[in-house]
Amino acid sequence: MAKRLSVVDVDRCVGCQACMFACTRRTGEGGLAASCIGIRSAGGIRKGFVVVVCRACANPPCARVCPTNALTFREGGGVRLRAELCIGCGNCVEACPFGAVFWDSEQHKPQICVYCGYCAQYCPYGVIALEEIESQ
Amino acid sequence: MLSHDPLSRVLFIDLARRRSWVETRPELFDPNLNGGLGGAGAGIRLLEEECPAGTDPLSPENPIILAIGPLVGHYPLASKTVAMFKSPHTGNLGESHAGGRSAVALRMAGYGAIVIRGRSSMPIYLVVEGDDVFFRDASALWGMRNAYTVGTVLRQRESGAGLRSILRIGRAGERGVTYASVITETYRHFGRLGLGAVFGSKQLKALVISGKRNLPVADRRAYRTVYDQLFKAATESELMKKYHEIGTPINVQPLDAIGALPTRNLQSGRFEGAEAISGERLAADYLGRRVACAHCPVACVHLAALRLPYPNDPYFYKTLMLGYDHEPIYAVGSLLGISDPPGMLRIMDETEIQGLDVMSTGVCLAWATEALARGIISLEDTDDVPLAFGNAEAYIAATERITTQPTPFYQALARGVEHAASLYGGSDFALAFGGNEMPGYHTGPGCHLGYLTGARHSHLDSAGYSIDQKAVQKGQELTPEGVAEALLTEERWRQVLASLVVCFFARGIYTPEIVVAALQPIGIEITAQTLHALGTDILQRKHAFKAREGFDVTAVRLPARIWETPSPAGPFDADFLQQALLAFDKFSRE
Ligand code: SF4
Ligand code: SF4
Repeated sequence: MAKRLSVVDVDRCVGCQACMFACTRRTGEGGLAASCIGIRSAGGIRKGFVVVVCRACANPPCARVCPTNALTFREGGGVRLRAELCIGCGNCVEACPFGAVFWDSEQHKPQICVYCGYCAQYCPYGVIALEEIESQ
Repeated sequence: MLSHDPLSRVLFIDLARRRSWVETRPELFDPNLNGGLGGAGAGIRLLEEECPAGTDPLSPENPIILAIGPLVGHYPLASKTVAMFKSPHTGNLGESHAGGRSAVALRMAGYGAIVIRGRSSMPIYLVVEGDDVFFRDASALWGMRNAYTVGTVLRQRESGAGLRSILRIGRAGERGVTYASVITETYRHFGRLGLGAVFGSKQLKALVISGKRNLPVADRRAYRTVYDQLFKAATESELMKKYHEIGTPINVQPLDAIGALPTRNLQSGRFEGAEAISGERLAADYLGRRVACAHCPVACVHLAALRLPYPNDPYFYKTLMLGYDHEPIYAVGSLLGISDPPGMLRIMDETEIQGLDVMSTGVCLAWATEALARGIISLEDTDDVPLAFGNAEAYIAATERITTQPTPFYQALARGVEHAASLYGGSDFALAFGGNEMPGYHTGPGCHLGYLTGARHSHLDSAGYSIDQKAVQKGQELTPEGVAEALLTEERWRQVLASLVVCFFARGIYTPEIVVAALQPIGIEITAQTLHALGTDILQRKHAFKAREGFDVTAVRLPARIWETPSPAGPFDADFLQQALLAFDKFSRE
């Protein structure tokens, strides 16, 4: 069964960015450029946070607008990126209503969650979790 | 340090010429090149270069230096930015640390430090987006009554949501109140020593910093191992638990119980309203949300939700979200005799609206209250504000007047309690140390000696309260030499943490051994011994700067109130303090 990252309870998010740093650390480096998860305030910190993650859509708009088929449907939901096919047009970024297609501004290519769940291991407050996608 | 680590880049911004450029200065950050380590160590070196002897703190010649260290962006809890400048409040070393997102934002923008020079000919705000620096017109933002609004406007106008830090000042900074703060991410501050007034003197309303990048790692496996060790300690160990649950106000009731909670301008160390304003009570009745600094899983920032009705408009309410900590609770709670949480929170809110350091504000108002009661000042001086312990409305009115300065008295108070008392009298109960207002501990001689000797005159310099408390627990008697030595040892090590910009709350986690282990995977090989030597060197540089600007620790003013009001670590007198100061001076030269 395919897995995806789900936002279990956004109201528990403290905005620590531990998940964002974890996602880049997955690659072995520090910093944030490789992160496929984004945390930002919901209009000022006093209003809490928004957690932006790929929700592994059954019919992903990002893949549908890719002119080179660099984004392919993953069985069970979500997409896979074949970077060698990508021409960096950015259509996918525009198509995702959540803003969950992040951008590598050095390579000019999208960065999309691979549903590994590494970030969730570092969320101290149980905001996010890796879960099985229920068949629809 | 790895050669492609962007930390060695220093961004220089000249406000007068509206120019910016980058200089590569690895020696400020790489301890193996001439002994820098970033943060406070880089900051004091840059201050030596940028700030000539005798500089007027509110002149264009005073630099603003913001510096971070090598662990930022790599490890959790390396989340502080160190600001260095000459303080308009004390006329000496200005150093202030803030959390929030500024440290990570600076790192992600690709810099180890920013140096801001000169004075703009019109109000501006700066935007640093990675390599790009923009000078933007802030004339419409200048003079805005409420500093929160400035944040709201910039949040909507500028890009980088989630990755940026917005540093801004309120009207207090514009008007040169010498303890005006710089607010970052609404709830964190470069609070002490008047960085806000230095921003104001440069017509610099705000600074927005953002960026996104990867940081190089030399040994990926070791990096992840040390990371996990630190992360586990931060999230699971007892060391961090108190900050995480109740937050810093966990201290309010224990301090009161031992008679160390400064109350009514330190006329007492016990406050009958301590329970009402304690961390436990605030958490139960008001805690609305907890938030974290960037890359900190602890989330010690506690926000109170305060629902206020409009008195004359039924069914109209507003809900304020206010950050609270031990120090603000002490400064505008017990020190002002305020035991109703809504009143206390509204005074805190007013200091935020004005952009004032809440501790200095509380101490100034506490002194003014006593001065009014003793007839040293009159209602004419206070602009008819009936300052009285427990009267929150009066304190809210007076807080705004510190900014607007309707009378010569408020003009004096806007320069701090030491200055005001020098004009009006009442120095014996003016709670300032080296010109900086008192923090929230009256545990014994150790805490006061810490305020007196610390390079920033802050409780965070050397944690003197902990020396007192340990002595009480062990039933030991303190000696002047013993206290001096303990303070110096602690302050030296804290220079290392302040250079790495590790949050001091994580000092129990970032031991010398862990620091060595954490630096290795990112390409810095160093021994614990060298780290200690660096700490000693950095503190010496700060002392040298202060001596150059006229500070003499043996000649510092001692307010009699601190030994007149009993403290838990037993009676002490001016002689004890004087001996300890002499000892501190001697040891620090060794
Ligand atoms: S599941 Fe993996 S790829 Fe997706 S955001 Fe988390 S760490 Fe990144
Ligand atoms: S780790 Fe959890 S609490 Fe922290 S920002 Fe991510 S989702 Fe929020």
